[in-house]
Amino acid sequence: MKKKGAEIVWECLVREGVEVVFGYPGGANMPIYDAMLNYPVHHVLVRHEQGGAHMADGYARASGKVGVAMATSGPGATNLVTGIATAMMDSVPVVFITGQVAAHLIGGDAFQETDVTGITLPITKHNYLVTRADEIAETLREAFYIARSGRPGPVLVDICKNAQVESCEFVYPDEPKLPGYQPVTRSPKALLDDAVALIEQAHKPVILCGHGVLMSHAEEALMQFAVKTQTPVASTLLGLGAFPASHPLSLGMMGMHGEAYANLAIQNSDLILAFGMRFDDRVTGTLKTYAPKAKKIHIEIDPSEIHKNVFVDVPLVGDVNTVVSDLIPLVDEYDHDDWLQEIQGWKNETDSRDIMNWEEDGKLYVAHLIADIWKATGGNAIVTTDVGQHQMWTAQYYQMEKPNRWLTSGGAGTMGFGLPSAIGAWFAAKDQEIWAIAGDGGFQMTAAELTTAVQEGANVKVAIMNNNFLGMVRQWQEFFFEKRYSAVNMLTPDFVKLADAHGVPARRVTKREEVEEAIEWARKTQGPVVLEFRVEQEDAVYPMVPAGAALHEMIRRPVKLAK
Amino acid sequence: MNYTFIALVENKPGVLNRVASLFRRRNFNIESLAVGRTENPDVSRMTIVVDCPNGDVDAHRIEANLYKLVNVIDVQDVTHQPSVTRDLALIKVKVGPERRAEVNGLAEIFRARIVDVAADSVIVEVTGTEDKIEGMIELLRPIGIVEMVRTGQVSMTRGVNEGVRRMPGMSDRHYDDISVAAMVP
Ligand SMILES: Cc1ncc(C[n+]2csc(CCOP(=O)(O)OP(=O)(O)O)c2C)c(N)n1
Ligand SMILES: [Mg+2]
Repeated sequence: MKKKGAEIVWECLVREGVEVVFGYPGGANMPIYDAMLNYPVHHVLVRHEQGGAHMADGYARASGKVGVAMATSGPGATNLVTGIATAMMDSVPVVFITGQVAAHLIGGDAFQETDVTGITLPITKHNYLVTRADEIAETLREAFYIARSGRPGPVLVDICKNAQVESCEFVYPDEPKLPGYQPVTRSPKALLDDAVALIEQAHKPVILCGHGVLMSHAEEALMQFAVKTQTPVASTLLGLGAFPASHPLSLGMMGMHGEAYANLAIQNSDLILAFGMRFDDRVTGTLKTYAPKAKKIHIEIDPSEIHKNVFVDVPLVGDVNTVVSDLIPLVDEYDHDDWLQEIQGWKNETDSRDIMNWEEDGKLYVAHLIADIWKATGGNAIVTTDVGQHQMWTAQYYQMEKPNRWLTSGGAGTMGFGLPSAIGAWFAAKDQEIWAIAGDGGFQMTAAELTTAVQEGANVKVAIMNNNFLGMVRQWQEFFFEKRYSAVNMLTPDFVKLADAHGVPARRVTKREEVEEAIEWARKTQGPVVLEFRVEQEDAVYPMVPAGAALHEMIRRPVKLAK
Repeated sequence: MNYTFIALVENKPGVLNRVASLFRRRNFNIESLAVGRTENPDVSRMTIVVDCPNGDVDAHRIEANLYKLVNVIDVQDVTHQPSVTRDLALIKVKVGPERRAEVNGLAEIFRARIVDVAADSVIVEVTGTEDKIEGMIELLRPIGIVEMVRTGQVSMTRGVNEGVRRMPGMSDRHYDDISVAAMVP
């Protein structure tokens, strides 16, 4: 059947199971928006394309499906860039569809022409420029396949206006034709045997659980493996939730703001089992002294991660779930009691410094508030964050028991991610409680999406942790720049009035005794809600591994303050 | 040291840009890159010479990163394989009739050819390995080189020899087929 290019776009999206698209119209994608009216896909009109990109990202992270965002050419497409880079750094499957000027105008600096495939080349898994209608179906088929397979990631399809209005025969290809794209899933037996030999010799093993565990749905396999071999599990920021925080083998988060005992376990271990993680500098500290006594086994779907930051003894390239499942029957049962005892000792020492054990002093500490929200929500909410101190406290104190509920910008560290990703997540899980933990700085970057939340009735609760500072930068200035505060003291608007102007119910919380009631009020109130917490201004996130220091060289919360 | 890779890529617009951009982004130094069509119209072939200060570890990274490009079909490292390697140079030498014979003589020693003669210059065409071309250039320099162009190196393994493949590439290749030794540099 003959169809217009713009119709083919929607035919493809429907066939890919797309239910919702986050976008913004303009000259170069008007035919796509016109055709949209005839298709059963819900479109969310965002307030800024960056917000749309983060919504598609949040939707993808919460649902496990491919997210879709749209924008027009030129400024519409360039506004997506931060969101595309965010999805790229965290391997999130999102298909971005941008309008482009007509093919015959390309290269002529036409109105709103920007070389979008050029700009996004290094921040997409792959991208396409489509100049003819008959290329659209094949291209979108490939785009969705590439986005979700192998190591997932964003794919951008830039469609020229003429391709949207021209007609051609529509056939949706069964199989994408990609001779050069063959993601590996299984590791060879010989290498599995090498890994088993190392596991047999180990007395102090640690599993490092990364985002790859979640992306390959390896939670079950991880649990089996960890329990069978009695190996403790430390998580990266993005791996949180893959292994239940309350499990006795859980070490919580590792790295720059990880648990001290997790970092000490890594530094003292004799075998590192890295599951779907990439030894980012935020989790290793300086590489010179990283896990110096440990042999290393690296299970990773992307071969280019092997030996990239840390040289490993046994690389197991493949899908984490497949490889770990292949390993389980090959390994014996162990107990590692001495090792777990040793870690418990570090854990006890850490407890004495924990802000949770402080005497109440009437002030609002973010860590306490996160614990309060955790308690109120039974630890079951989907939680998103911006980037900064509040993000780290949320990672530390919102104890994640279940997968795909922890949405944060890790690799890119994108401020402004919290609110839009929460809105996106709501479209994936409308029956779940969703909290966006925002910084006063980060919230202001994408605050315009509050109206989007109202228009869509998105039931998201925004908790702004207002310390009147770009807190994380302030903390670095305090620790490493002799407290010379430079451009971190931020005037904030009246967040309650701001929310009010958007038609969003809001409350400000300044006292300890108001906290519980405010959280309950937010939970009971249908639709978007804003809570502004006036928190302690100059609190710091501990422990902290200074950039470039060894993983065990942590700045700790002063012990004298504990009760 | 310099490593030589042969990459088969889909013959599509922008693929050269993707490859070049990858090397820049990942901080690898390209010594030369030659690209052209092959016996298959859908496939182009690149010979890429890259400086690999960390030896095989770098070679592994380069191959793995090339495969991240969706349009890259196959990559082999032919650095240590018996292969035929050629570079072609056109060298314009400023020379009047009085010293033409001298240039001609040098060219003959290198099995090079004079392919153009003008009143006060000639163009010498020389093919061969890097070393040979460098040698020719050294000898012509004192006479006066006014212009030079080189194609960059192209390589092909001899007989049934194949390069090292550290990655699964073509559809029928999987990690199981690749020697463990190749993967662990
Ligand atoms: C878009 C962007 N710009 C700048 C930064 C650098 N940065 C990292 S954390 C931070 C402070 C964030 O302040 P706020 O949102 O108030 O959170 P807090 O640290 O106070 O909890 C900044 C500026 C960033 N991560 N992202
Ligand atoms: Mg702040």
